[in-house]
Order: sequence, then C-alpha cells, then structure tokens
Amino acid sequence: MGNENITACACQEDVPLEELLTRVDPVIEQYRQKPGGLIPALQIVQGIIGYLPEEAIKRIASGFGKSFSEVAGVVGFYSFFSTTPRGRHVIRVCLGTACYVRGAGQVLEAIKRNLQIDVGETTKDRIFSLEVARCFGACGLAPAIMVDEDVHHRVKPSRVGDIFERYRLRRNGGEAVIMAERSAAL
Amino acid sequence: MPSLMINNETIEVPDGTMLIDAARQAGVEIPTLCYLEGIQRIGACRVCLVEVEGARTLMTACTTPVTDGMKVKTNSKRVREGRRTVLELLLSEHEGDCQSCVRNDDCELKKLAQLFGIEEVHYKGSKVPRKTDWSTSALVRDPGKCIMCRRCITVCNEIQNVGSLAPQGRGFKMSIGPAFEHPLSDVVCVQCGQCSLVCPVGAISERDQIEKVFEALDDPDKHVVVQTAPAIRAALGECFDYPPGTLVTGKMVSALRRLGFDAVFDTNFAADLTIMEEGNELLTRLKNALQDGKQTALPMFTSCSPGWIKYMEHRHPDMLDNLSTCKSPQQMFGAVAKTFYAEKIGKRPEDICVVSVMPCTAKKFEAQRPEMQASGMADVDVVLTTRELGRMIRRAGIQFQSLPDDTMDSPLGMSSGAADIFANTGGVMEAALRTAYEVITGRTLPFENLHVQPLSGLDGIKEAEVRIEGTQPEWRFLEGVTLKVAVAHALGNAEKLLQRIQSGESEYHFVEVMTCPGGCIGGGGQPRITDNATRLARIEAIYREDEGKRIRKSNENPEILQLYGEFLGQPLGEKSHHLLHTKYVLRNEV
Repeated sequence: MGNENITACACQEDVPLEELLTRVDPVIEQYRQKPGGLIPALQIVQGIIGYLPEEAIKRIASGFGKSFSEVAGVVGFYSFFSTTPRGRHVIRVCLGTACYVRGAGQVLEAIKRNLQIDVGETTKDRIFSLEVARCFGACGLAPAIMVDEDVHHRVKPSRVGDIFERYRLRRNGGEAVIMAERSAAL
Repeated sequence: MPSLMINNETIEVPDGTMLIDAARQAGVEIPTLCYLEGIQRIGACRVCLVEVEGARTLMTACTTPVTDGMKVKTNSKRVREGRRTVLELLLSEHEGDCQSCVRNDDCELKKLAQLFGIEEVHYKGSKVPRKTDWSTSALVRDPGKCIMCRRCITVCNEIQNVGSLAPQGRGFKMSIGPAFEHPLSDVVCVQCGQCSLVCPVGAISERDQIEKVFEALDDPDKHVVVQTAPAIRAALGECFDYPPGTLVTGKMVSALRRLGFDAVFDTNFAADLTIMEEGNELLTRLKNALQDGKQTALPMFTSCSPGWIKYMEHRHPDMLDNLSTCKSPQQMFGAVAKTFYAEKIGKRPEDICVVSVMPCTAKKFEAQRPEMQASGMADVDVVLTTRELGRMIRRAGIQFQSLPDDTMDSPLGMSSGAADIFANTGGVMEAALRTAYEVITGRTLPFENLHVQPLSGLDGIKEAEVRIEGTQPEWRFLEGVTLKVAVAHALGNAEKLLQRIQSGESEYHFVEVMTCPGGCIGGGGQPRITDNATRLARIEAIYREDEGKRIRKSNENPEILQLYGEFLGQPLGEKSHHLLHTKYVLRNEV
C-alpha cells in the first residue's frame, strides 16, 4: 500500500461525503480483482473518508460483487475499522499482554479522564477519537499507544496530556513542531 | 480405502471421508446442529464431539477426516459429558421460550437437550438481544434464538448467492443478520426461505398466517377458495409422519374441505394455463427472432419462481426483458378465480377470498406485489406454506391419517400430469416442451414416457436439445431448428448459468430457473429437510403423480380449453394480457 494514508485522514473534513464517495471508485477498480483485495480497499477508503459510512460499504460491496451484509461483517470484525465519524487524530491504546501487565489499564483510564470520552467515542471538538487495540509489536517498550501512525513508548499515565497537547498544536498550524520532533526521534 | 474402528466395529470407508459420515455408515448417529450434507462442515456447533484414540481433546466428527487405523468412540462417558457441556453452553445463549416457539415440535436443539438428559443449565451466557424482524411478508427473524450455527449464512451466500445474512460484529457481541442490524427488507433478500428450512431452532421461520385464514373461513360473507401448489401433495404427508415421497393428494383435499373451504381448487390448473401462455410466448419470441428478424430478448427465462424474479430485479436489471411476462401459476389462479370464477358463481371479487398453499415463503411476498391486482384488488389474499397447512390441520383437530381420499372441485381443479411436474427442477421445461413440440409438429414429444431425461435429477445445471422436424405450415420457420434449453435450480447455479449466457459461452432459446435446490419440492416453505435423499423421494413421487394422470399435456386439459372458450379467448389475447401477464421492477442492487 506504499505511502497511502490508511488511518484517519486529517485534511478532508470540509469535503462533502458525496464527493469523497466518488474517490472510492478508483480504489475499488484497483483492488477488486486482487485476491484478498477487500481489506486493503476498506483501509484506503477509511483513509479517504476518515471512517466507513454505509454508503461507502455499499459501494465497495457492489464493486467487489459481494453482498452488503458480508462486507459489513468484515468491517465489524476488525477493530481497526470504524463506521462512525472519527476525530482528526485517532488514539489507540494497546491492551496486549505485555502492555497490560506494564500498566496499560491505568494509561487508558488516564486518557479517558483527560479527554472526557470513553472507548469508541470522539471528543466534542472532533480532535481525538479513542480506541483500544491488541499489540503493535512494541512489547519491549510497553506500555505503548499510537496516535495516528506514531507509536509512543513507555507511556506514563501522568504524561498523556503532554502527548495530546502536541497534536493539538499540530491542528493550530503546528505541523512543523511535530515534523521537527519526528526527525529528532529518528 | 482406510479402515477404522468405531465403537469396536471395524469398517472401511472411501478416502477423505469425514468421521461423521463414517459413523453413519457404521449405523451410528452423531448429533449435530451445524452440519449440512454436502454443503457445510465447519465444526461450529461442537455437538458432534467424538473421542479419537491418541488425540488430546475430543474431536468434531464433521471436520475430522478418517485416517487408516483410527479408533473412535462415540458413546463414552467423556463424549457424553463433552456434548452435554456444549449443549448447556448453547442453551445458555439461547432465548428458549419453548412453550411459545414455532419450532416447539421440531426444534433440533430442544431434541438434543432431551436426548442428552439436560435438566439444568449451569452457565449464564450472554444473549443476543431479541429484536424480532417482521419487516418482510415472508419471514420472521428472532436473533435472540440464534445459536450461530451458520447454516443460514451458508445457504444464503453459497447456495443462493444472495448474501442477506452474515456474521456481524465479533466475540460475545456477534450476531447473525443483515448489515448494520438492518431489517431484512432493507437488504437484498429474495425471501426464498431456504434459511428457514435449515435453521435448527426458531431463529428464522415463515411468517405465520394461519389465523388470518381461520378468520376468513369464519366470515359468513366470504366465499373462501383454496389452491394447492403441485409440490404440496408430495410433502404434506411428512407433517403427519408419512415417509418422504408419500403422495397425499386425496387426503389433502379432504382435509381442506373439512377446514371449511367453499371450494378446493388446484394451482396445477393454473400451471397448465401457464404452459399455454408461456409456450405461446416462447413461440412468438422465436418467430420474431428467427422469421421476422425483430429484436427479441432470448433466451426466455421462466417466471414461476418469485425468488428468482426478485433476484433478477436486484441483480440483473439489464436482463428483465428475458423473463417471460407470464405471472406465476399462483397469481394466474388468483386472477382467474376473482374474475372468471367470480362471474360464474355470481359473486363480486371482493366477496371472494383466495388462499394459496405453497411450498414457498417467497410466494407470500409475490402475492403482495402491487402488480398482482388484476381483479382490482389483491388476487391472492393469503399464502400459507406447507408447514403452516400442516399446523392448521392439526389445530383444527383433523386426524389426517384417517381421512378418506377426495378430489378437487371444478372448474379450476382439473390438471394434467404436465402441471404436476412443475414441482420438480426441470419440470416446467418438460411440461413446456410437451406442449410446444406438439403445437409445432402435431406429434408427441419424442422422449420415453414424455420425460426429458437430461433435464431431471439434482445436477445444478442441465441442458437438452430438441431437433424440430416435420413442422406444421404455421411453424415452418422452425423446420430443422435445434431447440436448445437449459435448467438451473438454486440461485447460485442460476447465476453461473447467467454468466455463461452473458459471456456468450452458452446459447439457449429457453431456460428454466427454480430458486430452491431441487425445485419447489425443496422450497423454503416445505417440511424441513437438510438432505438430498428427501428431495429425491419427493421428486420421484411427483413423477409418479404425473404418470398416473389420464392427461399428460397441458394443451389437452378440458377445463383449460373451456376457460379459453368461455372467457379468455386465446393465449396471449387481450384478456390474457391483462390478467395473466405482468411486468417487472428495478430494485436496489446491494
């Protein structure tokens, strides 16, 4: 899938759904003949729209020659897929075994308190959505959380607010801040 | 051939045999709730557990292939306890309001719970909420009773290629149903009811309308007539413990009379009428194409099966012109009953109530289509399935087995053998060929005993060719033409055939499609079956009924000739066009 943005997209919020749906068709065209093409297509479409509305799922089902119910079943099976609009940034808290024993539960509670939302919900300002996940492969650096595509290691419950603040800055034209941090981290 | 020992008995089985089939071969019944012969073996319900020597855990017999030298126990303490645990777990997630459940008398889960002596459920399971879906006219779904065996999913997706049902969500939150918990009416569902035929519990069943019929019978101002589809007589007996394949035509007529119907008529009569209309439609299309060079949609598809029609309306809107415009026999009957018959007995159509007994749940949908009101109102008022008729007869306290034989009433009760075979896959085609060949050549269809052998049996797609020679002057353009026909049953097979036709790989003049495996004898409203042995027994019974008839061809049915003489005029005439033909609509693609 190369560099395609497969998580919540931050730049399309003002584009009407109707228009976003037309961008689904080339994705279907590209993947419909490929074995196992359904899941990558769903991922990319979720990247384009930010979530998977019923209209998009119907379009994909039709394009792939599958039934609506079957494709909805696939979407419902994977926690990665969301059928409700999500925030600009998606926070995923790993509750895999390693993270869990290293305190992921407390991290999750701290995030819920900090953002005033529950798992599966989105903050009122539509900046953050909260999800739980199972293992990012960062067990040696547990507990881990992901914000969009960034993995944050050894997260302390008391510091979650600091992490999110940087993403808020990004929204306010603070892209450079994050980019600088990313390069520094590399 | 591997050999294995089952409970100290050694047997040999073909390579690749699963334990469940090997056990049956050894005369040992293995309980199951998800297995479907030849269709599904996925070990989902876990009830078919057996003990295999050397295996760490109990094994599911439906997914374990036999290996040479295997030693299997199917009735050890460990096996019984394992199965009991599984059953208790299933019961803990099942909304078991057995007293008021439609499946009370034939619930597979309840039977197994009794069989294994379960007196108490020790677990508290998480149940799927009961959001009963009444959205369709044919089916009722109660997800709370679902035990997730996936039989319905497999028949809906793989056999029927429809896919209204799928697992939604995951883990404890999983349920089986349409996308996003939509009602069935919002997704593509042809209402064939094959799901209700295989559901082991009361999660999917036909929409029961027995009381509506009793109400009409109780109304002194209503003249209530009943029609029974060809497939009923070969299956209704199973509701009263007759073996599959028992013909109960005479007893069925007696029972209907005792229920209080004012006249007992036969859908078979309308099947003969269908042949007259559809046969002539085919000949007209052939004439347009072969003689006049007019643009004509060929092959022509049969239109008797309402699930198939709905499937085409959803999935192949570009081929609707290929569907015969003939209404199904059920609807032809309704239209004739509320016009010709009403006139004959001096009643207004609104004073007549037409009840159908059908092997089919989709017929409930068909009767409610707005196109089906040729008499100015619904031509068919209530549709009962075979299962409902069985329950209705019991409810009325009628002892079916001791009933005398009776015969159908006139003028809509007489039928030819060609009408009987409408119940079987290949039957409508054979019936059409019997008449069409005779019309074209003036001679009898040149097949032994009038049976077009290549079109019978349970192969999914069947083909035949009939060469036409020695034509009557009117049909000269067919001289030397080889008529190519095909038959498909189960929509998955129909879809394959459609693709062959669309790609140009196959060319036919006439194609019969029946929605359900085996044809109407295997319809979604028939007594529940999960095997082909029952289908074959019913098919054989239907051919027997046909061969026992004095008249074997629709065009020789004197009541049909009388109907044309007194009322309709001629096939494809103006009256026929209004009463007996229909049009199709576009529906949502997903």
